Amino acid sequence: MIYLTLFMEFFQIGLFAVGGGPATIPFLMNLAGRYDWFTKGDVASMLAVSESTPGPIGINMATYAGYHAAGIPGGIAATLSLVLPSLIVIVIIAKLLENFSKNPYVKSAFWAIRPAVTGLIATAVVGIFETTLFTASDGSFQIPVFSLIMCAVFFVIMNLKQLHKLHPICFLLAGAILGIAFQL
Amino acid sequence: MKMLLDLYCVFFRIGGLTFGGGLTMLPMLKYELSEKKQWVTEDELLDYYAIGQCTPGIIAVNTSTFVGFKKKGIPGAICSTLGMVSPSLIIITLLALFLERYMSAPIVAHALTGIKIVVCALLLNTVITLAKKSFVSPVCVVIGVLAFGLAMFTPVPAVILVIVAGVFGIVMQKLGRLKL
Repeated sequence: MIYLTLFMEFFQIGLFAVGGGPATIPFLMNLAGRYDWFTKGDVASMLAVSESTPGPIGINMATYAGYHAAGIPGGIAATLSLVLPSLIVIVIIAKLLENFSKNPYVKSAFWAIRPAVTGLIATAVVGIFETTLFTASDGSFQIPVFSLIMCAVFFVIMNLKQLHKLHPICFLLAGAILGIAFQL
Repeated sequence: MKMLLDLYCVFFRIGGLTFGGGLTMLPMLKYELSEKKQWVTEDELLDYYAIGQCTPGIIAVNTSTFVGFKKKGIPGAICSTLGMVSPSLIIITLLALFLERYMSAPIVAHALTGIKIVVCALLLNTVITLAKKSFVSPVCVVIGVLAFGLAMFTPVPAVILVIVAGVFGIVMQKLGRLKL
């Protein structure tokens, strides 16, 4: 029963991959070694595909892996199995939070957690800058003058009073058009 | 029923319009959920993100589950989560059918490079907004800078940093240094 196997495997990944999408990669590598659904090389191309398509990377990878293993139903089975554990865990936590959000301990914990998470997010953003802007296609360090200027210009534009209410997709679309126009 | 459909649609849009996963979704979450719909505050988004760092699963999905639960209980959580994963399911399945051609088309590569540059600007903007919201006292600034430094230059896992920060907050409160 391929669907049951898919369910078991992806449910486990969803349960044990703590820390978001990229945490699923080692688990997928492990799957590649145990089943003939896809190879380790496929995981790398899956990652590339996921990075250039919309949606959370972990979900994209599950869909892609499930599709490789058992077609469209396989994709659906793998994806739903992956999200099921976090759905259950988060509903429980949300229920607890609902009861405890007025609790002074919870409040003071989050008072300190929020700035810490901001710091963590900043770290991740630096990482994204590094890989998307400062790493050339051959992996070496580069200083992309045009990209940096474009990034700065967009940053200024999205902070203009008249424009900062604009949907982010407008900026993304403009970026895509500029990318094609300037052959980036 | 209308609310459930609304939840599904909003998260479908967020899932379908963000490239690069988890973190790059943050500007979109902030725009759709706290600015436009005002379903959650930016503080709450940070809290969900923090919890997402320490719990299993994909952070974007966890956030959608949280927001859905907050608005409409368990059915809301399910609808939001399904909304978030539906675009991936559709797009990746379509792509798997003609993957090679899509990936190697130069026009797609150029467009994606442009998109990635804009994503960087959006993220920078988001981090600044979050810092303004969460750095409510000098101690908070120190916590933020410390977390940044530790995550950047040491292999300490994010889960540990979040837990230590939480314990620190509770200790501060116990010592009477914190008025909330």
